[in-house]
Amino acid sequence: MKQDAFEAAASPIWTNYRAMLDALENSRQRRAHVPTFTTFPHLHRRLCSDYALARSRRYSPGLIAELEVLVRRGHRQLYRRRSAPLRSVLDFMARRFPRTLRRHSAVVWIAAALFFLPMIGMGIAVHQDADLVYSLLDAEQVAELESLYDPARQTPGRAGERQADTDVAMFGFYVMNNVGIGFRTFAGGLILGLGSLVILLVNGLSIGAVAGHLTRLDYGATFWPFVSGHGPYELTAIAICGAAGLLLGQALLAPGQRSRLAALRANARDAVILVGGAAVLLVFAAVIEAFWSAGPAPSALKYSVGVLGWVLVAIYLTLAGRAGDDAP
Amino acid sequence: MPLPIDTVRLHETPEGVDLALRVAGPAPRAIAYLLDVVVRLALLLVVLPLAAFSGFGTGLILLALFGLEWLYPVVFEVRSGATPGKRIMGLMVVHDDGTPVRVASSLIRNLLRTVDFLPILYGVGLVSMLVDRDFRRLGDLAAGTLVVYADAPPAKPTISRVAPQPPPAGLPFEAQQAILAFAERGHAVSDARRIELAEILAGGVGRQGEAAVAQVNAWAAWLARGAPDGRG
Repeated sequence: MKQDAFEAAASPIWTNYRAMLDALENSRQRRAHVPTFTTFPHLHRRLCSDYALARSRRYSPGLIAELEVLVRRGHRQLYRRRSAPLRSVLDFMARRFPRTLRRHSAVVWIAAALFFLPMIGMGIAVHQDADLVYSLLDAEQVAELESLYDPARQTPGRAGERQADTDVAMFGFYVMNNVGIGFRTFAGGLILGLGSLVILLVNGLSIGAVAGHLTRLDYGATFWPFVSGHGPYELTAIAICGAAGLLLGQALLAPGQRSRLAALRANARDAVILVGGAAVLLVFAAVIEAFWSAGPAPSALKYSVGVLGWVLVAIYLTLAGRAGDDAP
Repeated sequence: MPLPIDTVRLHETPEGVDLALRVAGPAPRAIAYLLDVVVRLALLLVVLPLAAFSGFGTGLILLALFGLEWLYPVVFEVRSGATPGKRIMGLMVVHDDGTPVRVASSLIRNLLRTVDFLPILYGVGLVSMLVDRDFRRLGDLAAGTLVVYADAPPAKPTISRVAPQPPPAGLPFEAQQAILAFAERGHAVSDARRIELAEILAGGVGRQGEAAVAQVNAWAAWLARGAPDGRG
């Protein structure tokens, strides 16, 4: 069959197919069109066969290229995965994130140890030795820190005079700063895991040093109520981001039976789930830090909320979606 | 079989046909990135007047900064396959099987951008792209994504309607394709170049100059439409 006859016979089908593609590629129209295009998969197979015929019959490169573009556009539409955004977000937080976390519990425990053990150790050491804090922070930073949590000031917290208005500003700052740190902790894992390792250690040591120093100065009464509310979510999330980074490092250092690239791909799939869940925890922590931690509630209540937070985090991470843990 | 020196990557679909993915190199991607920087700055300028609302406005600006830094590429890639900069450059992000990029892959490749950016100005990413056959930076390697040229606009050239003449018998496939490609795209080059190309194709039968061009076009017409009396 010559090219002209072939084109004349098939072009009505191509025109029809192209019209469907145009409608499907238009994000506003596609919702209405997807249910009505029941013949689309059939037409796509027809186009694939026409494209293969055009190639094997050695038709002109122009025609082959035209059909190839049509097939490629159709491939994108046919193999696009569809999902309901809101439902998938809920399902993600209720099941996929905690399940993935438990599947990699060894790495999560390692990351948590790398973060919390230096933090506790440094806290105790700084509490004992007044000069040790200067090994990590310079004198200016320490002075600023002391002025922020000085009990002599009326309003404890990181900002001086805080109103509802500045709370929103602090929320924006906490999201930008903390989620950014979480993302960098994850990305650093691509450097053979070293980036995540360093960020976990440095953050753990700094937090421990600050807590130890302020407690030693008897500023604890302003410091601990402030951090107790958001601490459970924020600290856990940073450790989880570190675990995600360590997963990348593990794929590169110990890929096992797979190639390094295949191991990296597989671990990155799971790691990004951990990072996504941790980001949600960090945003939640930012809400509490901005609108509750600096608020006027009595210390006893703030401590209770903090303890409750740790219990909730533990229950959530160990129990959520547990019924499906054996599923792949 | 040795791999051709080309940027086309073939992916076989479940329907059994080869899809051609034309991967994009560092230069157009760098330009797309710079265009995205401009777009981001423009978006930032739009939200800056919020600063008038003191603390509340500051909070929103900081949230916008976070969104522009981390979420801007993810949102655009998942929605339409390309950020505005990539769209202008005619690029798009796809999985390595040619399907549209999804949230997880887009997040991986864009969060790992931090490492590709090291030590300065995408040093690591550039080395990775130059080493890899498919111009993938580290984020692309981990996510299994490719940056490819989006579809060319479907402007199908036509073969001019001249009197067909059968070409010499036993013409190899490549030569047939070259003749057809010449007929479809020859008008896009200068007269001198067209004649030069036609003489390569028709030199075997002793045609020179414009006669060679006419000869090749006649062969192309025969290949595409067959003999005038319907045999062919």
